[in-house]
Amino acid sequence: MLFQTILFYTFAAVMLGAALGVVFSRNPVHSVMLLVLTFFQAAMLWLLAEAEFLAIVLVLVYVGAVMVLFLFVVMMLDVNIEAAKRGISRLAVPGIAIALLMVVELMQLIWLRGKGEVGSGGFAPTPEGYSNTKALGSVLYTEHVFAFEMAAVILLLAIIAAITLTMRKRPGLKVQNIAEQVAVQAKDRVRIVKMDAEKKQ
Amino acid sequence: MIGLEHYLTLAAMLFVLSVAGIIINRRNLILLLMCVELMLLAVNFNFVAFSRYLGDETGQVFVFFILTVAAAEAAIGLAILVVLFRNRRSIAVKELNTLKG
Repeated sequence: MLFQTILFYTFAAVMLGAALGVVFSRNPVHSVMLLVLTFFQAAMLWLLAEAEFLAIVLVLVYVGAVMVLFLFVVMMLDVNIEAAKRGISRLAVPGIAIALLMVVELMQLIWLRGKGEVGSGGFAPTPEGYSNTKALGSVLYTEHVFAFEMAAVILLLAIIAAITLTMRKRPGLKVQNIAEQVAVQAKDRVRIVKMDAEKKQ
Repeated sequence: MIGLEHYLTLAAMLFVLSVAGIIINRRNLILLLMCVELMLLAVNFNFVAFSRYLGDETGQVFVFFILTVAAAEAAIGLAILVVLFRNRRSIAVKELNTLKG
């Protein structure tokens, strides 16, 4: 139990540090890298909470796909870092003040108001032979199957929207028109010119 | 003993941090998107913690759907960002004032 506690605090500390880095880093590429670290630590914490399937999905989907997409865009857009450095400090003070106020309120809510209503102690241990993936699947494909299909439609929508937004036709591009090439006939290509024969010199 | 309160506290700190990030980072739209992702992660933490506390898998199924929608949101958001950068050569929030909102 003590080992798990130490692990929790280690992962939590690294995660919060990485999140701080995401917010305050000067370089957007560093921010993305630290966000990857944040998601990794979050996945570790979910593993500690015995939500194994979601931990793996977080690593695969977020670190593997979404963060790589972020990294692509950050590196593709030639953002001027020097210009971005200026103009940060004006909003830093009210931002941090609002954050501190919110965290004090939330702590008060969780630790003082929730006392007695929320039972302390750890999570109930899962029974022997329990499979998180199997349990999730049995709920997902029975009770929430409509929501599951809606999620598929949302993903399709995202694909179509992203492609239509970013696709562009550049002028002056040399491309083949297959239909035209196939439909061409000899009389379109060869022009027979009638003329008198040249005299031999 | 690590329990519900610890996870809720961690999620609250993460959420508040991303709120501060959204207020502070007005220079870069990508950072705003990243802070939104952090916020969603904090919310997912709450879902996972409560799901484990109540012994009900529905919370984790909900996290699954949030991850799906967040991936779609990131894809569309980044596509809009790329189009914006093509047109304006800048992604600073301050310069997005064409609509005079």
